[in-house]
Amino acid sequence: MGLNFNMKCDKCTKKATVHLTEIVDGKVMEMHMCEDCAREQSQHMEQQFGLADLLAGLTDFGKHVPEVQQKAMALQCASCGLTYEDFRKFGRFGCAQCYIAFKSQLKTLLKKIHGSNVHLGKIPLKVMPIDGVSVAVVPEAVVETPQPPMDPIELLRKQLHEAIEHEDFERAAALRDKIHELEGRA
Amino acid sequence: MELNDLTHSTGEWLKGTGPNAHIVLSSRIRLARNLTLAPFTNRAEKKDMEAVLAAVESAISRIPYFKEATFFRLNELDNVDRQFLVERHLMSHDHATNPQGKGVIVSKEEALSVMVNEEDHLRLQVMQSGFDLDATWQAVNAIDNALSEQLPYAFLPEWGFLTACPTNTGTAMRGSVMVHLPALVMSRQINKVLMAISKLSFASRGFYGEGTQAIGNFYQISNQVSLGHSEQDIISNINGLIRQIIEQEEQARQALLVQNRSVLEDKICRALGTLKNARIISSQETIELLSMVRLGVDVGIITDLDPKALNELFIMIQPAHLQKIEGKKLGTAERDTRRARLIREKFQNKV
Repeated sequence: MGLNFNMKCDKCTKKATVHLTEIVDGKVMEMHMCEDCAREQSQHMEQQFGLADLLAGLTDFGKHVPEVQQKAMALQCASCGLTYEDFRKFGRFGCAQCYIAFKSQLKTLLKKIHGSNVHLGKIPLKVMPIDGVSVAVVPEAVVETPQPPMDPIELLRKQLHEAIEHEDFERAAALRDKIHELEGRA
Repeated sequence: MELNDLTHSTGEWLKGTGPNAHIVLSSRIRLARNLTLAPFTNRAEKKDMEAVLAAVESAISRIPYFKEATFFRLNELDNVDRQFLVERHLMSHDHATNPQGKGVIVSKEEALSVMVNEEDHLRLQVMQSGFDLDATWQAVNAIDNALSEQLPYAFLPEWGFLTACPTNTGTAMRGSVMVHLPALVMSRQINKVLMAISKLSFASRGFYGEGTQAIGNFYQISNQVSLGHSEQDIISNINGLIRQIIEQEEQARQALLVQNRSVLEDKICRALGTLKNARIISSQETIELLSMVRLGVDVGIITDLDPKALNELFIMIQPAHLQKIEGKKLGTAERDTRRARLIREKFQNKV
């Protein structure tokens, strides 16, 4: 990787002189910080990882124009009222619906944290769907009248469809494998 | 079950048996789960927390795994009792600090515990003696399945189990293995090992949990990443790492026995001598000496001590345990005296 010497710190506007590369399962994650932020970061890491600070770094908007940033910060969970700005500050979601309210930002964030944003683990025997679109538009209705549990395989098929429509083939492949696995089990 | 009944025994996970018990103290898996019926704990009001407690209490009454378990509401326990549960690894420090609206469920053998309204609504934990994450997973998975039929879990197919902190999202699983690595510490190879662990995206913590220093040469090694891998994959990654660590510790022990046997024997026997004779002793010193004695038992230098009783001492010598045994509050100086007496008594009974 060629270093860009005019690179800005991920956390403030100063010049980045410390470059961290973390490799998780072959996926590369980079962080660039100025000396001050790096020192602060390492102190936090020594005393048990200042998670909120790290998140603030990870959720940075980089080269995005201010309007995009403002729009993201103003995102608000209709169910518990948490804003994306609060989430960045505290590093904790307020409720399950926050995941849907902040969906546009979380795809990248989760990938930065875990090196992936696709769940490949177990699926509970009963799933109460908290469907993205309908919850974001009319959250109360969904919260108050939970839908009947849906068959996990059905849910996955729906997700698979969406993934193919969005040409997200990495995700589609993972979902397909998961469906096969579940069908095998049944 | 009354908390006082537990005072003179310890959980099944300390029995000192199971695969590789000479290096691996215990295997533990923790699952975080939230319910759709309330905001996460950090934004929950009193009535929300009550609703979660009630839903969980009612759910477990219908699940056979919890038949002999006890549900404690933390605001009904005093400080020492809460600390006592922390010392037994049944709940976290944070959980004990602010008891309002919180609960903990403990099974009879202490293999299973569930924190209610910690950072997530549910933190299920299964702990077993020795190195066997696969069996631990099977146990916690079955309990999780049973709970998921009774409780509305917060889950999205694409991101898995939804947790308060995004670092747990996905499987929301933390598998951890407690290893005793005195020979790697003595031969100054431990930092190399810990560096490799963190490079591989695993975390290492001390014996007494999150945020604690490694003392007594105990390290708790766990996965960091929870999304993008199945539970089985995460477990097999931890297993692979632990197997390598066991091998390295074994080699380091062999090297010490061959090259420095008399020095090693001296250290171990002096540790035993101090424990048998001390009149005042801090927990830090006790743990360091117990670590040496344990190594002595594991490599055959000491042959007449029971490993289970030795493991139990690591738990018993902690502040809340001493106070429960004594039946009253003790200051630091009183505890150091009481601790030394407890240790002497135990060693008179060959531990």
